[in-house]
Amino acid sequence: MRRIWDTPGGVHPPDNKAQSLTSGIGQLPLPEKLILPLTQHVGGAAKVCVSVGEKVLKGQKLASASASISAAIHAPSSGWITAIEERAVAHPSGMSAPCIEITCDGEDRWIECMGYPDYKQATPLQLRNLIADAGVAGLGGAGFPSAAKLDRGTHMPVDTLIINATECEPYITADDILIRERADQIIQGIEIISHLLGTPKTILIGIENNKPEAIAALNQQCQGTGIEVVSFPTKYPSGGEKQLIYILTGKEVPSGQLPADLGMVCLNSGTAFAIKRAVIDGEPLISRITTLTGEACDINRNYEILIGTPVSHLLEQNAFNPDLCSRLIMGGPMMGFSLTSSDVPLVKTSTCILAPSHTEIPDGDPAQACIRCGLCAEACPASLLPQQLYWYARADDHERLQAHNLFDCIECGACSYVCPSNIPLVQYYRSSKGDIVNARTAKATAAVARERFEFRQVRLEKADTVRETKREARRLATEQAKITSPTTTQSSGSSAADIIKAAQLRGSTRQASPEQQKAKLERTLMAAEMRLKEAQQRLLQATTNGSADQQTQQLASVEAAKRKVEQTAQRLTEVSH
Amino acid sequence: MAFKQVSSPHSHARQSTGQIMQLVLLATLPGLLVLSYQFGWGLLINILIATISAISAEALILKLRNRPIEFYLRDYSAVVTAVLLGLALPPLAPWWLVVVATVFSIVIAKQLYGGLGSNPFNPAMVGYVVALISFPIEMTTWVTPVSLLAADVSHPGLLESLAIVFAGNSPVDGVTGATPLDLFKHSDGLLVEQIYQNNSLFSAASFAGVGWEWANVAFLVGGLALLKARIFTWHAPMAMLGTLALMSMLFWDGGSSNSPGSPLMHLFSGASMLGAFFIVTDPVSSAVSNRGRLIYGALIGLLVYVIRAWGSYPDAVAFAVLLGNFAAPFIDNYTVPRTYGHGQSRRATDKETSE
Ligand code: SF4
Ligand code: SF4
Repeated sequence: MRRIWDTPGGVHPPDNKAQSLTSGIGQLPLPEKLILPLTQHVGGAAKVCVSVGEKVLKGQKLASASASISAAIHAPSSGWITAIEERAVAHPSGMSAPCIEITCDGEDRWIECMGYPDYKQATPLQLRNLIADAGVAGLGGAGFPSAAKLDRGTHMPVDTLIINATECEPYITADDILIRERADQIIQGIEIISHLLGTPKTILIGIENNKPEAIAALNQQCQGTGIEVVSFPTKYPSGGEKQLIYILTGKEVPSGQLPADLGMVCLNSGTAFAIKRAVIDGEPLISRITTLTGEACDINRNYEILIGTPVSHLLEQNAFNPDLCSRLIMGGPMMGFSLTSSDVPLVKTSTCILAPSHTEIPDGDPAQACIRCGLCAEACPASLLPQQLYWYARADDHERLQAHNLFDCIECGACSYVCPSNIPLVQYYRSSKGDIVNARTAKATAAVARERFEFRQVRLEKADTVRETKREARRLATEQAKITSPTTTQSSGSSAADIIKAAQLRGSTRQASPEQQKAKLERTLMAAEMRLKEAQQRLLQATTNGSADQQTQQLASVEAAKRKVEQTAQRLTEVSH
Repeated sequence: MAFKQVSSPHSHARQSTGQIMQLVLLATLPGLLVLSYQFGWGLLINILIATISAISAEALILKLRNRPIEFYLRDYSAVVTAVLLGLALPPLAPWWLVVVATVFSIVIAKQLYGGLGSNPFNPAMVGYVVALISFPIEMTTWVTPVSLLAADVSHPGLLESLAIVFAGNSPVDGVTGATPLDLFKHSDGLLVEQIYQNNSLFSAASFAGVGWEWANVAFLVGGLALLKARIFTWHAPMAMLGTLALMSMLFWDGGSSNSPGSPLMHLFSGASMLGAFFIVTDPVSSAVSNRGRLIYGALIGLLVYVIRAWGSYPDAVAFAVLLGNFAAPFIDNYTVPRTYGHGQSRRATDKETSE
């Protein structure tokens, strides 16, 4: 038996998994429309490579990865592209983002797929590109592009590959059911990853012991493969990447580093399945297993849903009663976020749709005072002091927050879960993190602005000196001329008149006619408007996937462009009157 | 279709602060019963007066502070303070003593600091110490345990007790007397053995001091129940009791005339167990991390012993706790737990940022 390490903290919420496990993976009828956000993953938004009106086949690439950390998006069914525009997407803030809309033709016709059943012949790079091309991103909920994760693995020697089948969140059974029904394909996927990473010494599948069927299925499939199935006691949040690594190896990922720095790669079991599909069958990631559960739906089970299926379609098919529903959650009850509308699409990271009744998840009581009972500190898997963080968050004491390692908080919610005073601790941490990041970027932008200002000062000074030297040179030259050619003095009168005339002429040309001015201003205005539009586009991209840093920068450039447009328009009206 | 926007996590453990406080109250019951058996009606009357004054004072202040009264009263923290104070004050003490101590606890020590959670000192102990310093005579008059009463005297009945408390009637002679710690303290120059022989308070006792030993056992039982229910962790109470035991063993001195008393006497006399499980565990005024609570508990245990042995007060739990409260923020500063992925823990006052 492999040794298991116990993580500090953790909680034991009722697991509520049985209700969605009464039947196997189901299929939904094809929805009328599919909506595919360009950002369903961590990293840059995918770049659209189709246009509105185009007919697409199932599996056809719609948008390609735009950066080293990004993922391609494919058509989950055949049909027409009917829109490429902003749509409401599943996001904690209820925002909208650029999406591609497909109106399905109902034929569900596949594009030709090129699989690589003989993957052992392929080089790691080829395999990596296959996975990247298939748009595989972490299916456990984080959505980190898998190719990028494996890249890190190929740059450094990997001795441990960890497959995360923990699924510690209550209610969710997507991994469980996938393993029960398709363990063989998951193992194939793991073997592909292992081959790609140069056969790591240790390959572990971590799974909580509340899934005996899945464990049995894995054990059966792993025989003779060298892959080890390690089950451990159920405790939330064992499925956090850092927690799982500690449970299985006793090693901690140092703060600010990645598992790859320890020679480890950790992938979700669903992701391993998607990788098998991508490599052996040549099928891109266009569907996933999503759990539909909660008392507000008559039927609780798992579905193999097409990415882009509207949540409302899923609910309608399962006799959803909105009057019963206390809130609609994407993800689990611990880390999932509430949806304000059911029109948003399911994406690659949608593990679960939870529609609880009012008795199941009642509206919270108002928060009481923190009695410093320390239950939160006992529950914290990262050994933080949540009550102190809460105190400092309320006081906006950023320094103390960072001294208490706020940024090591994984937002698992264990602290809020146990808090007897019902304090929404995680909410405080999230907003404090946001504030700190914003303050940092503001500082950085201020520094950039100052630098720019100083640079401009220097440039102006330089220009001044240049002008000064030129003037000096001219003066010297004229003096020289006076000395060398006394004859010019004769015609000095006429020449002076000439000069004056020439100067007047120059002045008049500079003083262009109103028509000319207007035309010029119009041109400037057009250019400024164009720049504004571009800047807005970039801002949009930055808000969907860029860092806070990029966002502030883009925001600033939009502001600048706007000002320019306004100024020009103003001048234009002045001129035309 | 529109749905409510709520922040995660969506589920909660079903235990509220009010429930925790109620459990604490429940856990004081064994101790209260034993004390009442040993010392008569006085303690119940104390608790009643204290509870009524605490709730009234809390409600009044909440009204002045414009806070929802019912909402805050339902956290039961005022009742807990009142009950602890009622248990600590001498039975048959005049009613105004209890009222003054309670009102001081609630108004000055708790609400003026911002209410529950913001008070740096344990309110009950502040009230107790204020009463002790202001009214030393009333505060050091205890009732004699029932088993030591002379054959022809008995504890006053309920009505008689009420008359003593409210009308200021004096109790019958022989009903009040010294506590074991008191007695021990004031028996200088005698061998421990002699003290034990001379005084029925000790000679009639099973292992510590008549009346007190069983009350302490009862509080220990209540405290262990709370520990089992995971209302608090073992760190602070065990560290306190451990240190107290260790110190009394070190200085036991074979029971010489200089000996400050045996470990058993210290553990099971005075407010040792009540303090360890109901006062030291008060989360608001203690250190926050487990390591911090170990130090905090040990510090209080040490102080209790030092004051008992060499100070001028026979019991010291209240003073020790207040000193411990005072030290808690410093302890916290040096006992921030090591966060996952960090080589070592940091100090709370560290200014450099972590990336
Ligand atoms: S669990 Fe809640 S009440 Fe208890 S210390 Fe933490 S934040 Fe305060
Ligand atoms: S949300 Fe953060 S502070 Fe709270 S338990 Fe999880 S890691 Fe700890």
